[in-house]
Amino acid sequence: MPEPLSSIPTPATRSRATRALLQALPFLLPNLLGFLIFTFLPILACFGLSLSSYDLAPIANLRELSEHVRFVGLDNFGRLLGWHRDSGHLVANDTEFWRYLGNTLFLMLGIPLSIAGSLLLALLLNQRLRGITLFRTIYFLPTVSSAVAIVIVWKWIFHQQPNEIGLLNGALMSIGLRHPPDWLGSMTWAKPAFIIMALWTAIGGYNCVLYLAGLQGIPEELYEAAALDGAGSWTRLRHITWPLLSPTTFFVVTMSIIAGLQGSFLFTAAFLMTGGGPAGSTTTLMLYIYNYAISWHQLGYATAMACVLFVLVFGFTLINWRYGQRLVHYG
Amino acid sequence: MNARRKTRPLRVTILSALGYLALSAVGITMLLPFAWMISTSLKSPSYAIEFPPRWIPAEPVTVDVNGRTCRVADVVGQTGVQVAIVSYSPEGARVQVIAPPARAGEQTTLPEDRLRPVRRVQLHWENYLEAWRAEGVKVTGAFFGLVRQADGFLVFYMNSIFVSLCVTLGVVFTSSLAAFAFARLQFPGRDSIFVGYLATLMVPAIVIMLPVYALLSQLRMTNTYTALIFPMMFSAYGTFLLRQFFMSIPRELEDAAVIDGASPFAIYRYIIIPLSKPALATLTTFAFLHSWNDFLWPLMVVDRLALKTLPIGLAHFQDSYTTEYHLLMAASVIVMVPVLIVFLIGQRYFVRGIVLSGMKG
Repeated sequence: MPEPLSSIPTPATRSRATRALLQALPFLLPNLLGFLIFTFLPILACFGLSLSSYDLAPIANLRELSEHVRFVGLDNFGRLLGWHRDSGHLVANDTEFWRYLGNTLFLMLGIPLSIAGSLLLALLLNQRLRGITLFRTIYFLPTVSSAVAIVIVWKWIFHQQPNEIGLLNGALMSIGLRHPPDWLGSMTWAKPAFIIMALWTAIGGYNCVLYLAGLQGIPEELYEAAALDGAGSWTRLRHITWPLLSPTTFFVVTMSIIAGLQGSFLFTAAFLMTGGGPAGSTTTLMLYIYNYAISWHQLGYATAMACVLFVLVFGFTLINWRYGQRLVHYG
Repeated sequence: MNARRKTRPLRVTILSALGYLALSAVGITMLLPFAWMISTSLKSPSYAIEFPPRWIPAEPVTVDVNGRTCRVADVVGQTGVQVAIVSYSPEGARVQVIAPPARAGEQTTLPEDRLRPVRRVQLHWENYLEAWRAEGVKVTGAFFGLVRQADGFLVFYMNSIFVSLCVTLGVVFTSSLAAFAFARLQFPGRDSIFVGYLATLMVPAIVIMLPVYALLSQLRMTNTYTALIFPMMFSAYGTFLLRQFFMSIPRELEDAAVIDGASPFAIYRYIIIPLSKPALATLTTFAFLHSWNDFLWPLMVVDRLALKTLPIGLAHFQDSYTTEYHLLMAASVIVMVPVLIVFLIGQRYFVRGIVLSGMKG
């Protein structure tokens, strides 16, 4: 029973509250301190730093602090999101930012494919067949493998050099394709290559396991009743499975969009496979932020970009909550 | 009635056969890259790339003919006849018969399309040793200066094990304590603090990482184990996961202990923790795999070779051996094997954890 702590603060209740707090502190403190120092304050600091220009130079005293960390107001955001007029045309101040935002969104086109694939796999796995655990384990392997190792082997699979044909193009040529694409070397094909690789990695992963759990939670009687009424398998899928899975779908879509905007797997891929190229065609927002912060030491600008990413994630989640929730059927 | 009984098993058989077919097709697609990784890791450098691709590493068989190394080939259409290719000419290949023994030494010219080069399976296990000992990743002064000079991957392994163990222990310890407070104790501000925890789960990791990175570099603490371990030891996610599980434990189990005057710590230590082994195992597996495979954070805070963990060590290896794919694949296998073993052991808990955190959230 939760005690009414907000009732009239007599000395007795106040001391009880203090005692309760004292009792909880030893449990709470190790985690709470760490949480404050390494999660909560950094979030505030990120917003603060985004209003500054800070070059990461070592700071020994207050004078150096004011030299290296200058308050610039919203300048970073103006440079990042603003436009200017260049010989009559409107041009973005940071055209690369918009391009890399576009890359990030383009790469997110793989998400619906990946979710559909996961659902299909889960439906396959939900049959009463022997050895299903083995298949589930195999499908999950890419998810637990080191992303670096995965990226290295896929680089080898996509490999294409004069007189050297990688595994994928070898297969494509053997089925009659004369000139298979130079996957990682061409601006047209680098992004599709990334999507293929990400699909392979994600399809049997978390989303599939979540869908499988969702499927196993649907009561068998519903299907039996529908079968008695003469519903075919498509009708059952459309009118029982799909609506009853909608909470799972909602969760999966939300998490995938959040993860897709951050794109940590594709960051690894871009970092190790292409360096963000050719000509920036695989540079994502994450890689751009990383470059500004770590390679170019412009922390103010990098944190401003991180804030924009945060707002994007937040906005997507909010829209999803407000409008996506309506489509969810809670059985 | 009878007819139905006969046809139904047939339909079920066909359906399950189709099911297996589809499952296997996807399964093979999933396994192919891994198989290709292992296959390449066992090839010699000159046969790492071939067209058409070869799954089982095999190399041409050669013999010595008058001091020259010649390839051995079967002759198409003549079973049992094996020849050594001495030289090529416009008319075809100049060959010397080596089998059957009765005709050995005979020389003739054959058109190339009648020769099928003989290959023998050859697995180059030494690639693994070469990758492990690679010159490009020799490390000096690693592990608190205890290791003077060592092979790169040995050091990366030690670092990964040390960092992942510390992070995992830290996460499980701090999360379980805080989760107990959130699930079982009454204190002012409890629910708002918990909501605060939940809210940060939505914040992109980079938002948190940049200021922490700036702080660490101001304190000159990049390139330390502290930088690798400390910021990762406190997990809002782990607290959330365990709190959900603790809430599901019936309170009646504690009532007797409370009446006997047990302290909250005793309840935590002797009732909640023993009852939560599955959830703790889940969090342990999650935290360990996450830390073991983490790429971005170590990449940001560490650039000294002696402090690199396996993922960034492997990335460094890739920089030095860009084109030597047989070694790259061997190194990748070296990095991947232990984590796959951990996964296969802890699989049950892992799957349960995904479902627990996904469904009740």
